[in-house]
Amino acid sequence: MQNLNFTGTQINYYFVCHRKLWLFTKDIRFEDKNEYVQLGRLIDENTYKRNKKQIEIGKIKIDFIDNKGVIHEVKKSNKIEKAHIHQVKYYILTLKRMGVENVTGEIDYPKLKKRETVLLTPEDEKEFEKIFSNIREILDKPKPPAVIKKTICKKCAYHEFCFA
Amino acid sequence: MKQSLYLFSNCTIKRKDNTLMFDIEGKKKFRPVEAVSDIFLFSEHTLNTKLLNFLGQQKIPVHIFNYYGFYSGSFFPREQYLSGHVTISQAKHYLDKKKRMLLAYEFLNAAASNILTNLTYYNNRGRDVGEKILKIKVLKKSLKAADSIPYLMGIEGNIRDLYYSAFNEIVQNKIEFQNRVKRPPDNFINSLISFGNSLVYTSILSELYRTQLDPTVSFLHEPGYRRYSLALDISEIFKPILIDRMIFTMINKNELTEKDTEKDLNYCYLKDKGRMKFLRKYDERLKTTVKHKKLNRHVSYKRLIRLECYKIVKHILGEEKYSGFKMWW
Repeated sequence: MQNLNFTGTQINYYFVCHRKLWLFTKDIRFEDKNEYVQLGRLIDENTYKRNKKQIEIGKIKIDFIDNKGVIHEVKKSNKIEKAHIHQVKYYILTLKRMGVENVTGEIDYPKLKKRETVLLTPEDEKEFEKIFSNIREILDKPKPPAVIKKTICKKCAYHEFCFA
Repeated sequence: MKQSLYLFSNCTIKRKDNTLMFDIEGKKKFRPVEAVSDIFLFSEHTLNTKLLNFLGQQKIPVHIFNYYGFYSGSFFPREQYLSGHVTISQAKHYLDKKKRMLLAYEFLNAAASNILTNLTYYNNRGRDVGEKILKIKVLKKSLKAADSIPYLMGIEGNIRDLYYSAFNEIVQNKIEFQNRVKRPPDNFINSLISFGNSLVYTSILSELYRTQLDPTVSFLHEPGYRRYSLALDISEIFKPILIDRMIFTMINKNELTEKDTEKDLNYCYLKDKGRMKFLRKYDERLKTTVKHKKLNRHVSYKRLIRLECYKIVKHILGEEKYSGFKMWW
């Protein structure tokens, strides 16, 4: 079985915006000055302090793993939930390929006082094969994919880059 | 909103816990480090490596000016935004003559447009610069036909000569200003232009630093002409917008007079007080906002510089053809 070579962020961005995925991968990044990104970082730093944080396994970085062995991903809002779910599913898949079976995940929204359980199904695994090849195709392009105008663009760190 | 810090009073700058402390003859002042975008140092200051490490970690560039107000150099924190893909594309655009000419042309074409906007503004206010406007328009058209960088630079030189010769008409305070003299400037207006241009240069450098562009790879100027020659390229566009307009207003309103300068034999520079007045105005100007047509948001002049850098990135990625920023007000 081949190694999984993407980061969680890349999987996440694939569901948010292909252009962002392309730019991010080519190191054209604007994240750290964006106020929403900074807010997200603060939430991440100030919640679940008693748990071990930022566990790096290969290319992925898991926010924390609780004592039941559930992997956790902390997010600010559930506006782009599909991306979050796939990010966690991808983590589970990565662990599975490494031989760690029956892992479950959870997305925590401390600000919304909500949590979401994530499981990886066989259908998901099949879907991921397709996702990976799509991502590879996007990243092989010499130019970034064109701008798509969505409501989420307004809060994106790439907003000025895309629209100016 | 992050701000630029301009320091005049001699002081000791230190890292105090996780913030900045300025010790001015025993009087301690604090500034939250999060609110600082870059620091400009005039006159004499004392700082240590502990502070530089801290500034490096916070990614705050420091620009240093000498006694005469000339730019002497910058402390740049280790490059934060690097993209091999962008660097290579940027170099490609320098190496390919056609691609390089296109960018060089855009810089000068936009610069000429902004020069014309300035002149037209004063022409409408009764200054007799109509003839110069016409001549510059002709030269601006001929930019397009230029087939080499030196030729392009030649036309630019002619435009600038005409432009500077209009200064006497615009500033009606009987100040002698024959032609532009640099290194060192020889009279009042020249010293203002020199000082102003070095400010624009550093502001652009600060913005370039926050993009993936390599500030040493330029198109109009030869790379290595001065260290960060891409900042010189971009400053062609912003000098008329940021500095020239401001100089005219300040002189015409008597906010700055020749008393603010010190004159030696063939030598003229701003006194500290004059420099402060100039900087205060410059900083205000950078913060002034205009409604951006494409973004449909209010953006500051300072932000316009950043957006210009983004446009260049998009151009060299082959996404969207670059067109230099032209004032529309």
